[in-house]
Amino acid sequence: MKEELDVLEETVSRDYQYGFVTDIETDVVPKGLNENVIRLISQKKNEPEWMLNWRLKAYAHWLKMEEPEWANVKYPPIDFQDIIYYAAPRKKAKVNGLDEVDPELLKTFDKLGISLNEQKRLTGVAVDVVMDSVSVATSFKKQLSEVGIIFCSISEAIQNHPELVRKYLGSVVPMTDNYFAALNSAVFTDGSFCYIPKGVRCPMELSTYFRINTENSGQFERTLIVAEDDSYVSYLEGCTAPKRDENQLHAAVVELFAHRKAEIKYSTVQNWFPGDENGQGGIYNFVTKRGICMGDYSKISWSQVETGSAITWKYPSVILKGDNSIGEFYSVALTNHHQQADTGTKMLHLGKNTRSRIVSKGISAGQSQNSYRGLVRAGKHALNARNYSQCDSLLLGDKCGAHTFPYIESKNKTAVIEHEATTSKIGEDQLFYCRQRGIDTEAAVALIVTGFAKEVMNQLPMEFAVEAQKLLAVSLEGSVG
Amino acid sequence: MDKEEIIFNIQVEGKKIIIKFYIRKKMLSIKDLRASVEGKEILKGINLDVNAGEVHAIMGPNGSGKSTLASVLAGREEYEVTGGSVDFLGKDILDLSPEDRAREGLFLAFQYPVEIPGVSTTNFIKTAVNEKRKYHGQPPLDAVSFMKLMKEKMNLVEIDKSLLTRSINEGFSGGEKKKNEIFQMAMLEPKLTILDETDSGLDIDALRIVANGVNKLRDENRAIIVITHYQRLLDYLQPDFVHVLLNGKIVKSGTKELALELEEKGYDFIKDEFLSEAV
Repeated sequence: MKEELDVLEETVSRDYQYGFVTDIETDVVPKGLNENVIRLISQKKNEPEWMLNWRLKAYAHWLKMEEPEWANVKYPPIDFQDIIYYAAPRKKAKVNGLDEVDPELLKTFDKLGISLNEQKRLTGVAVDVVMDSVSVATSFKKQLSEVGIIFCSISEAIQNHPELVRKYLGSVVPMTDNYFAALNSAVFTDGSFCYIPKGVRCPMELSTYFRINTENSGQFERTLIVAEDDSYVSYLEGCTAPKRDENQLHAAVVELFAHRKAEIKYSTVQNWFPGDENGQGGIYNFVTKRGICMGDYSKISWSQVETGSAITWKYPSVILKGDNSIGEFYSVALTNHHQQADTGTKMLHLGKNTRSRIVSKGISAGQSQNSYRGLVRAGKHALNARNYSQCDSLLLGDKCGAHTFPYIESKNKTAVIEHEATTSKIGEDQLFYCRQRGIDTEAAVALIVTGFAKEVMNQLPMEFAVEAQKLLAVSLEGSVG
Repeated sequence: MDKEEIIFNIQVEGKKIIIKFYIRKKMLSIKDLRASVEGKEILKGINLDVNAGEVHAIMGPNGSGKSTLASVLAGREEYEVTGGSVDFLGKDILDLSPEDRAREGLFLAFQYPVEIPGVSTTNFIKTAVNEKRKYHGQPPLDAVSFMKLMKEKMNLVEIDKSLLTRSINEGFSGGEKKKNEIFQMAMLEPKLTILDETDSGLDIDALRIVANGVNKLRDENRAIIVITHYQRLLDYLQPDFVHVLLNGKIVKSGTKELALELEEKGYDFIKDEFLSEAV
């Protein structure tokens, strides 16, 4: 028994491979947060006055709020004055094409396996890259604009499409929503904006890649996706950060807006630096993600594979306002070493015949704690609302924990809400069975974990699924090679 | 060459007669094997030689150490080997990990096959086959060759196709689980197979199918050790040798007639015989 556990432990420890730092000239606003810093950020981004006012209002509100403590995570108090709120790779004026992008930066993304080269069209994924606080490159812009799709950094959108940004920004996640959303609203520095016009099916996957590079900096990005009537978009988000001893804060806000019969599929592979095996360093990932199915028959689907971050605090949610709208949440959250994850979803049924489906797979290894927290609420008018939730936990070893906190509120008698939960352990019996067939422990763990997460993996777009599968295996691998 | 032969040509009363002797290659040689679990000695000095092409049955009452022997040979780590050696095709396998023993050609058909949710039988077997190939320096089988091999072996052991896309052993009936074990044996083509009470929990039809599957996989280059309580599987398999395990030792060996005798008289007569000898 003891020996088996040791083998498991060995198998589940492996170094983070994206932990390098890029040596790049950076434009940094000094540490600390006050109104002047916000004005400075806004000024650096050459923002219109309405944007600055919006930020200041959010900041005023944030000052009155308290940090939430209800999540099943533990961390020392965050000193918000000890964070750099703006760090940008220094630009030579305006970058017009990839040729002008700092070669160090391109090398960074090569190392991460992300091709920004617009010539490599075969991959068929349009990428927006956000390094520290600003978007550094967006590919495929031209092809997308031909069908009327706007895909750019949110900073550009504020400049070029202010009417859209003003209309939708904060409409799904109000600046007053929660502590970290308010903070984000005050200091967000960049992020992606995506607008799919009526009747357009986005011809390729849209993708944003986030990377934190500068020491002591926080990343506060803001993503806004609007899908007009009868449109469709699939959006991918990926993230990494260098290895550092200090904790870094990532407090993002993502808003999705789906009009009548529109469909938004949002997939995340989150691989922020999780801290070392002693729990030193790592990213605090406090993210607010929410979508609204505003129009009838609209659909929003969240898929996430979470392997990184020291602490994850994240509940991608769907407000099912339109009649017959659908919300989905598929999640794999893997925690190892001293990682803590408190993640889940909220499905708020407001319209008639709304349906939601939640599939959550938690994998805990090492001494990590993995919690699922989910709310399903059927409102007064949510006639025939239906929800199905399934939360499965898999434990590797005997020092980790898995927890499930389902909240169900129904104000409508016709609503049907189902919740199923299981907890299992990778048993010695399973490992021995695999080994007796010639499959070593490492491969066996990967096989079992992949099998466990299959239902969620199937929801990811092809290229992403392959990456995510590798990531799961790597996050659990022991010996190098 | 796994098999050597010596040929005599003689003439008797003007007729030519050819006599062939096959020399069977030694496959497994267990010498004074001792093993304990949680400090309690279960195997108390096992000696057994198995040659290629042979089928050996190991019988014995509950708690005599039959399944322990199977587990120790396969390398289960909760059993501590405290003495003796196990030579398998010229290698002392006690030094090898369970996966390497498997890759060297040792296969254990489990008494209780394990369920692995979300891992399809096909995917499981494909991983196993390719891990073995990798060990022997062969490239992985491509999808087409693998499917072809599957199809061929499926017919051999009469396994239902629908089982192969399901999670391995999950929700399988007792018979399906055992058939699946034999199917894996067919796919992995082991040199030495240990059937650990494969007959337990099988109805007579399932037993026949499983036994037929095993018989089809028998040849001069492979050996089988059948661990069982009962005669009924041996009716189908017709072992070359039968050994009786009692209290961690092989106390009697014989041919298949010994199994019939056991069936008739029970284990008590051996116990009596053994005890009187010991005194």
